[in-house]
Amino acid sequence: MKKHIFNKTKWSIAALLLLSINSVFAQSSTSSALFESHDIGLFLLVLLVLLPIAGFFIYTSLSIKKKSTQLIQQKFSSQGIKAEKYLTDLDLEQVRALLGKKNNETHSLKSSGLLTVILLFVSQFSFGQSDVQPATRESLMTQPGVLITLVLLFIPLLVGFILLVTKLNAMLTKMRTKNLMQEAETLAEMLDNGEVMQDYTELERREKALSYNLNNDELAGKEAPSDEKGLLKNVKSEHDMNFFAQKTKPMPRPKIDPNLTKLILAFIGSAIFWLVLGTSIGEYVGIKFIAPDADSLSWLSFGRLRPVHTNLVFWGWASLGMLGLGYYVVPMVGNGPLASLKMGWYSLFFINLSHVLGTISLMAGVNNGGGEYREYIWPIMSLFAAGLVLSMINYLKTIALRKTKEIYISNWYITSSVIFLPIIAVVSYLPFWQNGIGETILQGFYMHQAVGLWFMFFCLGLLYYFLPQQLNKPIFSYSLGVLAFWTQILFYTLIGTHHFVFSSLPWWLQTVAIVGSVGMLIPVTSGTINFLMTFKGSWNKVSNSYSLPFFVVGVIYYFTGSFQGTAEAFRSTNLIWHFTDFTIAHSHITMYGIITFIIFAGIYAIVPRLTGQEPPQLMVGAHFWFALIGLQFYTIPLMIGGTFKGLSWAEGKPFIDSVVLMAPYWLWRAIGGSMMWISHLILAYNFYKMMFPKKEFDVKEEAFKILQQKTNFSQN
Amino acid sequence: MDIFNDHKKLFTASVVLFSILMIFVAIFPAIENQTNNAPLPDSKPLTDDEMAGKLVYISEGCVGCHSQQVRNVDMDKTWGSRPNIAADYAGITRTSFLQNTATLMGTERTGPDLTNIGVRQPSLDWHLLHLFNPRAVVQQSIMPAHPWLFDFKEKPNDGDIIVNVPAEFLQGKTGKVVASERVLQLVTYLQSLKQVKLPDGTPDPEFLYKKEKKAAEGGAGEAEGLDGAALYAANCQSCHQQNGEGLKGAFPPLKGSKIVLDENPEIMLSIIMQGYNAREEYGVMPAVGTNNKLTPEEITAIMNHERTSWGNTGRKVTTDEIKKLMETLKKPAQ
Repeated sequence: MKKHIFNKTKWSIAALLLLSINSVFAQSSTSSALFESHDIGLFLLVLLVLLPIAGFFIYTSLSIKKKSTQLIQQKFSSQGIKAEKYLTDLDLEQVRALLGKKNNETHSLKSSGLLTVILLFVSQFSFGQSDVQPATRESLMTQPGVLITLVLLFIPLLVGFILLVTKLNAMLTKMRTKNLMQEAETLAEMLDNGEVMQDYTELERREKALSYNLNNDELAGKEAPSDEKGLLKNVKSEHDMNFFAQKTKPMPRPKIDPNLTKLILAFIGSAIFWLVLGTSIGEYVGIKFIAPDADSLSWLSFGRLRPVHTNLVFWGWASLGMLGLGYYVVPMVGNGPLASLKMGWYSLFFINLSHVLGTISLMAGVNNGGGEYREYIWPIMSLFAAGLVLSMINYLKTIALRKTKEIYISNWYITSSVIFLPIIAVVSYLPFWQNGIGETILQGFYMHQAVGLWFMFFCLGLLYYFLPQQLNKPIFSYSLGVLAFWTQILFYTLIGTHHFVFSSLPWWLQTVAIVGSVGMLIPVTSGTINFLMTFKGSWNKVSNSYSLPFFVVGVIYYFTGSFQGTAEAFRSTNLIWHFTDFTIAHSHITMYGIITFIIFAGIYAIVPRLTGQEPPQLMVGAHFWFALIGLQFYTIPLMIGGTFKGLSWAEGKPFIDSVVLMAPYWLWRAIGGSMMWISHLILAYNFYKMMFPKKEFDVKEEAFKILQQKTNFSQN
Repeated sequence: MDIFNDHKKLFTASVVLFSILMIFVAIFPAIENQTNNAPLPDSKPLTDDEMAGKLVYISEGCVGCHSQQVRNVDMDKTWGSRPNIAADYAGITRTSFLQNTATLMGTERTGPDLTNIGVRQPSLDWHLLHLFNPRAVVQQSIMPAHPWLFDFKEKPNDGDIIVNVPAEFLQGKTGKVVASERVLQLVTYLQSLKQVKLPDGTPDPEFLYKKEKKAAEGGAGEAEGLDGAALYAANCQSCHQQNGEGLKGAFPPLKGSKIVLDENPEIMLSIIMQGYNAREEYGVMPAVGTNNKLTPEEITAIMNHERTSWGNTGRKVTTDEIKKLMETLKKPAQ
């Protein structure tokens, strides 16, 4: 079985390895020849665009070849039609038609010479096409401007070619149908003449067999049905107005411990609280880009609020949300109980406490001194770490108590990440290696490992549980999951320094980080293939579910966001995008598009199961679309503006020009941010609805209650 | 395999792999760099006031928008005379018991890089007004105002440093704006941010990805290829303003200025190259030309922009003329 799975995935992995090795080599040649600016990032992007196009070419030429061979074969065999092959498996009417015929006559077929001309043309084209490919690939390695021009020239050619191929395809199909039609006519004539049929007795017997029918009363008898079990009459026939597509209700799960339910809901509730607070602050900070004089209070100044926003959404919302979902998934996939509820509550308490104190201290101007996401001073961060360690011990003990033999892949990811983060935090806060640029080296390590080996790793673990659960089928390939697990640890650990390309950090360390970033294509592609192949065949379920759309967005952004990260890591792309708002767009694509969407999905997947209450369907839809469209308005303008900003710097224009040119993009960012923020308010409302449903007044129920009371009264 | 079914082995394996890599890319390079790099001989440790200013800088979160690193790429030339090297940060150690080391390299440039701000903008008056409200000096700036670093006093004491804030930025408050001790310390810190020269004989590291030189520049003597307005924006505008009118009580106007319109550009050039502090009512002018290493061609372009804009009708100067004058300026200094 395992071998089979490997065979299935072998080719995709091989292609991946090839791609990444190629890029690694290309990259190392850049670093040795420092003055040449090969645009590897651009190259990679163009390659990504070209690959599906090449795939389309191969597909169409194959299908055309197939059709033309069919035509040739047809041409040769049409001289002597084997009528017998058509005369098996006849239905009743055909049998009757045959039985009614007696006469004989013969006919032959003709074929056109035009066919050979077309075939020649087609084969010519498939050769011509393979000539185009290498020529394009070679010119990719030259100047970006030339490259873009070539691509632009290539597009109309491509469109023309596609049109031609489609026309040709249609023509071939038409010709083939014509030939088949002729064959059918011949056959009909042969049958009409009775040239084929010698013996009609067999056909007569067949007619009898085919026309036999049951009278439908054999089992039920002739009496009318009665509904003694109340199966038919007790169906609720009234429905609400269907303005929106009805989503299927989640399948009831085996009841989990109500105390565990409380713990999970407390984690998720806290997470949503920090999300609303953190993004309200983020929203305000975003507005300050357009209205810098919105207030003049030190506690609300941009410099102090920015880290409050990032820390609350990172360590408050995403971390608590993931841990809460983890408290559901970790015992569930091991079929065992949770080791300790108490430890879970302490963990939640310490983490929440760290955010209350951290937020106050940051707003008061007490911070750790610069490093992003490392702004909490160590006494506050150690509260956070203590909370994490408690959850880590809890998860490990839960896994030790599991009833299954193997450890399901979700628990590999989830538990490893919860072991890694305390190590990362402790190593990055210890003072022994922080002097001079030691601090910066650890900063790069810290901020990126927190992203890749905590948020991303944990969320992948959640995906490996929730996707199969929601789609009701096993994950496509366990082996791909294992491959992604080890390669992600291997490559992700290396890439921290890519935030400091061209800085005073050792050049070799920057190169290692860039190479690691390219290596990340392996786990990302294998993960994406795994998730998409799990979806394959079940896409219809997406439209019926309200958590699956969130998962789909998460998976798509997992692919695009991670590939974008790789493209950004190259030296050539750092020249344009480093220090600009492009980075901010990227961090929102990943932390929001991937992590946050997966947590949203997880919340909608389990909370209705835990509380037994559905969120209002319309509001889930509103949440989804506000978040998704808001994210587009947020990220796309920032990417465009960030690129212009970088180009303006490269041209040596005055700095203030780059501030002025960003103004419209910052405005769009604020609009997108507001939409995302609204979606969080909706989430909070939905969560409230799932926790405390409003009871509708039910006349029937109340009437029977009163009746019950009356009977009790009269009995007494 | 056993590792799939034994949680101890599985998680030990993943932690060991992670830890080995962590030591290789984080701990080992960090220790190596902190032991093998020493501060440059010409660098001076921060004084108490400068250190206090740095704490204000940290506390207000300036690093969120301002980087302090000149990268070794050509576009960063604006921010310093050479790329930063590890030794530039070697003297920075733990800030305090509660706070980690702060190299303040930064990862965003929403505002300008400040590595060399002490050279690029040494003026106390400019910094104070800019910190009180950045839009008072740079109209399009989006930097937050920091009014809480200033006091409002009806009757300032002797020795109080008064900031001349244009009325529109006072937001209805009355009294004189007096710089607090914290903001003075912050400005002292900013003024101390200067790139240190490498020891004799050590060549500066090169800036990579150089722009290709524009072929065939304009005729000799005329700096046609240079945009005087852009150079003015980058070097002069933050004080003298886009409209050339300066700021009342802080920076003198260039519009209609006698020095600017003078037939002989000698005084104007000497002010650009050597700075100026002769007029009580205005702030000190730094030696912009020398600090920013402006070439004679660039200075010509700036001077011609100033002499012919905002209604000024001065004579255009030529590069040759400026070159000659610059040589005579240098002589007495040597």
